Amino acid sequence: MAHTRNPRAARVLHAVGLFLTLLACVFPFYWMVATSLKSRVDILAAPPVWLFDPTLDNYREALLNQGVGPSLLNSLIVASCTTLVALLLGTPAAYALARFEFRGKRELWFWFITNRMVSPIVLALPFFLMARALNLIDSYLVLILLYLTFNLPIVVWICTDQFRGIPRELDEAALMDGAGRFQIFYSVALPLALPGIAVSAILSFIFSWNELLYALILTRSDTRTAPVAATSFMSGYELPWGEIMATGTLIVLPVIIFSIFVSKQLVQGLTMGAVK
Amino acid sequence: MWKRTYAPLWFLAPAVITLLAIGLYPLGFALVNSFRQYLVTKPRLGTPFVGFENYLSVLQDDSFWESLLRTFQFLLVVLPIQILLGLGIALLLYRPGLGLLRTITRVSLVIPLATTYAVVGLIGRLMFNKDFGVVNQFIGVFGIESVPWLGTENLAFASIAMMDIWQWTPFVALVLLAGLSMVPKEIEDAARLETNNPWTLFVHVQLPYLWPGLTAVLILRTADILKLFDMIFVMTRGGPGSATELISIYVHRIGFRVFDQGQASAQAIILLILVIVLSRLYIRVFYREVQS
Repeated sequence: MAHTRNPRAARVLHAVGLFLTLLACVFPFYWMVATSLKSRVDILAAPPVWLFDPTLDNYREALLNQGVGPSLLNSLIVASCTTLVALLLGTPAAYALARFEFRGKRELWFWFITNRMVSPIVLALPFFLMARALNLIDSYLVLILLYLTFNLPIVVWICTDQFRGIPRELDEAALMDGAGRFQIFYSVALPLALPGIAVSAILSFIFSWNELLYALILTRSDTRTAPVAATSFMSGYELPWGEIMATGTLIVLPVIIFSIFVSKQLVQGLTMGAVK
Repeated sequence: MWKRTYAPLWFLAPAVITLLAIGLYPLGFALVNSFRQYLVTKPRLGTPFVGFENYLSVLQDDSFWESLLRTFQFLLVVLPIQILLGLGIALLLYRPGLGLLRTITRVSLVIPLATTYAVVGLIGRLMFNKDFGVVNQFIGVFGIESVPWLGTENLAFASIAMMDIWQWTPFVALVLLAGLSMVPKEIEDAARLETNNPWTLFVHVQLPYLWPGLTAVLILRTADILKLFDMIFVMTRGGPGSATELISIYVHRIGFRVFDQGQASAQAIILLILVIVLSRLYIRVFYREVQS
């Protein structure tokens, strides 16, 4: 394809390639949404049907009878809280790593980042036993804390980079004016770092919203998050595919709409480490 | 004036203390448990120290090594495909022309990336269903008989690989696209005057800018696949047999279905050491190459 001399043929191939990529990205998502709108008979039809009368019954059943609504709320609470705490703790640390010189700085930064590499299953085992001993199973607190193990490194990583990009002179000028260090951080650096803070908040929220393993082990009924609810249908012989896909859509659709709006920031955050 | 001060301490302390408490302390706890007999279902036995017994039995446990081997096989299958497809997509998106289609396609890459991993597993289970799955309908168009994707060992492995490829190829494409955009315009234009051959242009001008991205992809994807749990757990639970039981699924089974926390902790510690060694090794080998 690369050797095509004919510009028109090249343009057609370019369009076909792009279109196939688009189709591949959208299709599984489309298939989930379509299935969630099908009746039971249409879902189990073999071969699958492509044209059908859409119904909202699956959503009604999932939200009203299967407790998916509260689980979405749980996910929202946990993901928002953990993101907020990660920002509160992570931004000052990132500022210090970007602005101050001290011994062991490189090692400290490296330690923050390697926390992201640790397999969740490694932490899940001791956290389960600790939470059980402290009676914290099925509480928001334990999930919020546990999610910090991957959110905090993300915030530190992205925000350190952002703070480095802010000219040091601004800080120094404020220091001359007699501002305290925390005041400088809070009223000079932080507002200028907002783009990076937003990027890290978006990533941290999405990662928490999507998490399954920790939630599976540490929640029972009251704080069950949405991904756990979606997988809880999976027991039994005959699976209620319509309700499963309706739940999947309820979990994924808001995130995808949001992600498309902030796709620039999202991509920037995801690829940041790779380009530098 | 900025040098000698305790200020960094105050800025860093909350984050460091938190991460020590939630990241490092549990690891220490797991390390201690790995030297204990710890059967959750038999609390009456207590949790006596047994020395290296757990480690010895893990090292002699064929299932553990098989699941580790399977994890690396998975990596060797999906990563080359993700890099080749990702590179192709990045070049398509980088090529000028077709503005609107290009923008829409680029934005659509966000969809697989933002989809909850567990839901990817659910979608996979639906699409690869042997009776009413759309994948069998699709291959039927080409005259291929329906197959029980999730019921056959090799095909189940292929199915989870395909879902991983669906979810993560966009990430590779976006990283490589960012790399391509780093090529200075003047250099690229000058090279285009020299040669008409896109392959020469790619190897000599664009590829050098892609190495850092490829290195990062290699490191991140290796770590991700050692972590991979949600999608497989939902789609196959490691089955049929243990055909899709990658390492995280296996450790989860020992820890939370067999409930042998001592053994599982020993496995987790071995896994942790492996991740640390691998990431150090990668960083040493590849970053040196990039810098030279």
